[in-house]
Amino acid sequence: MNTLILRETTRVLFTLILVFSVATLLRGHDAPGGGFVGGLIASTAFSLYIFVADPKDVRRLVRADPLKTAAAGLALAILSGLIGPILGGRPFLSGEWVEIGAVELGTPLLFDFGVYLVVVGAVLTFALEIKEPGAAPAADSEE
Amino acid sequence: MPALGVPTERVPALLRASIALPAALFAWFCSLVPRVSSGETLHWEIGWIPQQGIALSFFIDGLSLLFALVITGIGTLIVHYASEYMRGLPQLPRFTAFLLAFMLSMLGLVLADNLIALFIFWELTGLTSFLLIGYKHEDPAARRAALQALLVTGVGALAMLAGFVLLGETAGTYSLRELLAGDASLAEASHYPWILGLVLAGAFTKSAQFPLHFWLPNAMVAPTPVSAYLHSATMVKAGVFLLARMSPVLGGTEAWSVTLVGFGAVTAVYSALASVTRTDLKQVLAYTTVMALGTCVMFLGLPGEAAGAAHSTSAVAAMAFILVHALYKAALFMAVGTIEHSTGTRDIARHGGLRHVLGPTFVGTALAAVSMAGLPPFIGFVGKELLYSSAYESAFGGFALFAIVAASVLIVTAAMLVAVVPFFGTMKQSARDAHPVTWQLWIGSLLLGLLGLVAGVATTPVFQGLVLPAAAAIAPVPEHFEPGLWHGFNSLLLLSLATWATGAFFFWLRPYILSVPGALLDRLPVSGDRAYDATMDGIARFSTALTRHMQSGIQSRYIRAVFATLALSVGATLVAKDAIHLPSQIPSVTFGEWTLVAVISASVLTVILSRSRLLAICALGVVGTAVSLIFLLRGAPDVAMTQLIVETLVVVIVAIVLLKLPDFRNEIRQPLSERWRDAAIAVAVGSVTSLVLLAVTAQPPQLELTEYFESMAVPGAHGHNVVNDILVDFRAMDTLGEISVLVLAAAAVCALLRRRTRYRVDRFHRLQRRYAAGPDRARASEEDA
Repeated sequence: MNTLILRETTRVLFTLILVFSVATLLRGHDAPGGGFVGGLIASTAFSLYIFVADPKDVRRLVRADPLKTAAAGLALAILSGLIGPILGGRPFLSGEWVEIGAVELGTPLLFDFGVYLVVVGAVLTFALEIKEPGAAPAADSEE
Repeated sequence: MPALGVPTERVPALLRASIALPAALFAWFCSLVPRVSSGETLHWEIGWIPQQGIALSFFIDGLSLLFALVITGIGTLIVHYASEYMRGLPQLPRFTAFLLAFMLSMLGLVLADNLIALFIFWELTGLTSFLLIGYKHEDPAARRAALQALLVTGVGALAMLAGFVLLGETAGTYSLRELLAGDASLAEASHYPWILGLVLAGAFTKSAQFPLHFWLPNAMVAPTPVSAYLHSATMVKAGVFLLARMSPVLGGTEAWSVTLVGFGAVTAVYSALASVTRTDLKQVLAYTTVMALGTCVMFLGLPGEAAGAAHSTSAVAAMAFILVHALYKAALFMAVGTIEHSTGTRDIARHGGLRHVLGPTFVGTALAAVSMAGLPPFIGFVGKELLYSSAYESAFGGFALFAIVAASVLIVTAAMLVAVVPFFGTMKQSARDAHPVTWQLWIGSLLLGLLGLVAGVATTPVFQGLVLPAAAAIAPVPEHFEPGLWHGFNSLLLLSLATWATGAFFFWLRPYILSVPGALLDRLPVSGDRAYDATMDGIARFSTALTRHMQSGIQSRYIRAVFATLALSVGATLVAKDAIHLPSQIPSVTFGEWTLVAVISASVLTVILSRSRLLAICALGVVGTAVSLIFLLRGAPDVAMTQLIVETLVVVIVAIVLLKLPDFRNEIRQPLSERWRDAAIAVAVGSVTSLVLLAVTAQPPQLELTEYFESMAVPGAHGHNVVNDILVDFRAMDTLGEISVLVLAAAAVCALLRRRTRYRVDRFHRLQRRYAAGPDRARASEEDA
């Protein structure tokens, strides 16, 4: 699998796909795209990388633990839903919007970013754990 | 008692500080006595699930106030006692937390207005009881007793919930106050037998009625403060409380009277007999508790002379007996705990002469035991006279009187067993080894013993303030009701004299006769305890057999089973509902779509015919990609995009999985016959799915939602992509649920894969063998406890 062509292509594609995934995430509210697809696209970039590189290298590259990334995404999504109730006393997950110049920014974007993180984290966890299970936590081993 | 953990001085201090809660509550409830005894009902309400009419509402009348005072008053003494009794044992903060959690649940139970809320509190008391019985969780007997208590009372509680729902739907309200205020007896309702049976199932299991009483003596493995509090003074009375509460609604019928008097009388006599045959002090007390519960149940069921009307003096007698019993039983349990704490044993035969060592405990025990035996001038005497007179006056006069007298005789014997044998006689080894105890260990029983005396002397205020208001919640109390210590020489007094004499006579003869009923009871062909074991074993064996049958561990079989079931059930539904609509004409298909159909067909053939797994997976990916292109052609770019990426990822991840499998062979070696069978299942699933889609699209489309989302997308969600607006705004709650599942799945993958595979498989097989050999038969026999 680990051919020269795949390796060199990945080098170029990896960054391109990641940039594309963020673009997909950001345009999602008005055009086809969004956090879920964006996350999946980013996951393909990482999957490609996992194919050609050692899982250890991938973990080193990503730095953040994928599972924690997914959890952080979930937390972000929940927090974005709390902004409405706290600021305006509106129901949980109500969208709150501000206009900065011509750009509208709202809590649904935060929510979508949370979805993005969850998808990337979860898929990366699957792929990495299958390729090489991480070390079990010390308390978990009952040898 | 050996110190099992590292004692810290801080922990008992914490425990003692936690007395503040029950003490404050007790003081507050005491302050309510004048208002409630004048006939007022206090009421609070907090909305909970208003859509379903379920409110967290509480009310206090005489009945709930009597119970609340017992719960908080004895709770104060017990927490104080436990702070010394449990000193040095591990996990004391947890123990205290459980104890206080129990107290609050129990308070919620007796104060709840809503039936559903009452059920929740009922279950909470069962749960905290489970945790407290199983406090010494290293001990298999404790674990078994905890589980047994939880299951027996839990099954009863579920029946009770069903009864509550039937009751609420029949009466049209779940509020106890409204039920009681409406004076609508449900005796004429068509569901009455079901309601009665189900509610009684809950009450009888909780209050340990024969033959489901067995969990209560087993629960004596709990630390003694727990036995004193939960399993004599409060929790086991929940069933009695429920019967008293329900009496105006469900009572007054023949079914009610016969069932309650029957179960109550059998329970009272049986357990009074069992109590005197025990040699463990706590077991003696446990069985006398069961006797008290049976007595209360019996007197709540006694009909009056006039058929139909609830019998008011028997309600007074039952409420008085609850107070009497709570006072003397908690005192005796604390005294027995002190004996065990000081000497290390609860075996009656090994004690003697303890009065020289444990003086104050002896005084407390003696006072409580005299009240238990029903001697004047203690409150126990008043209680027993009331029981005798109301049994005598009731419609079941002879039977009820016989049962209560027989039980009382044996209770006199039991009281002497507990109060005389350990303390009098020559000093035995245990008394010489006994170490003196601090005041915390005897003050509780002494106080309660004295209270029994004070309440006996000051009968009128006690009855006016507590007992009569409680009884008034059950049945109208006769005017000018004057209980007293002295009613002159009459036949009932003679009966009391005979009771004491016979009880003492049995006690005197105990070396010769008490072994006889014990041997008889042990030879009973059926016992609840053994039936419980048989049921549990049966369930375990059944599930083992079922698991062996269903769980082959071979993935392809599971998938076959799932798909075959899907095809069969959906197909059968389609046929049964006559929902198969074949389109009358084939819709026009463009050239591009025909091309995609050709690609899909070729890929499917490749999947079926390929002898290489990797090739099959890739071909499957092509199928998915072509389908996503159809989505694109039909104007669903978001779905197409997602589908495309998912297909790509699936191929990549499956490829990673396949390459990592330890004995991966790319070549597929499957007999042709199996392939044909799988193909048949696949075709069936595909056809059924197509038919369902055809049936759905044959219906006229419902466009309301579509129109709503389209019109609200920009003004409501500030976005032009309706799909995304739905995902992150309109239906964001659904998305939140989905991504939560995703995170959980990722965590599960970590949990499953982060172990050495070999080790996991070995452990799994070991566990499987252990379960196949049958469940843990560790048995907490009462004699060993």
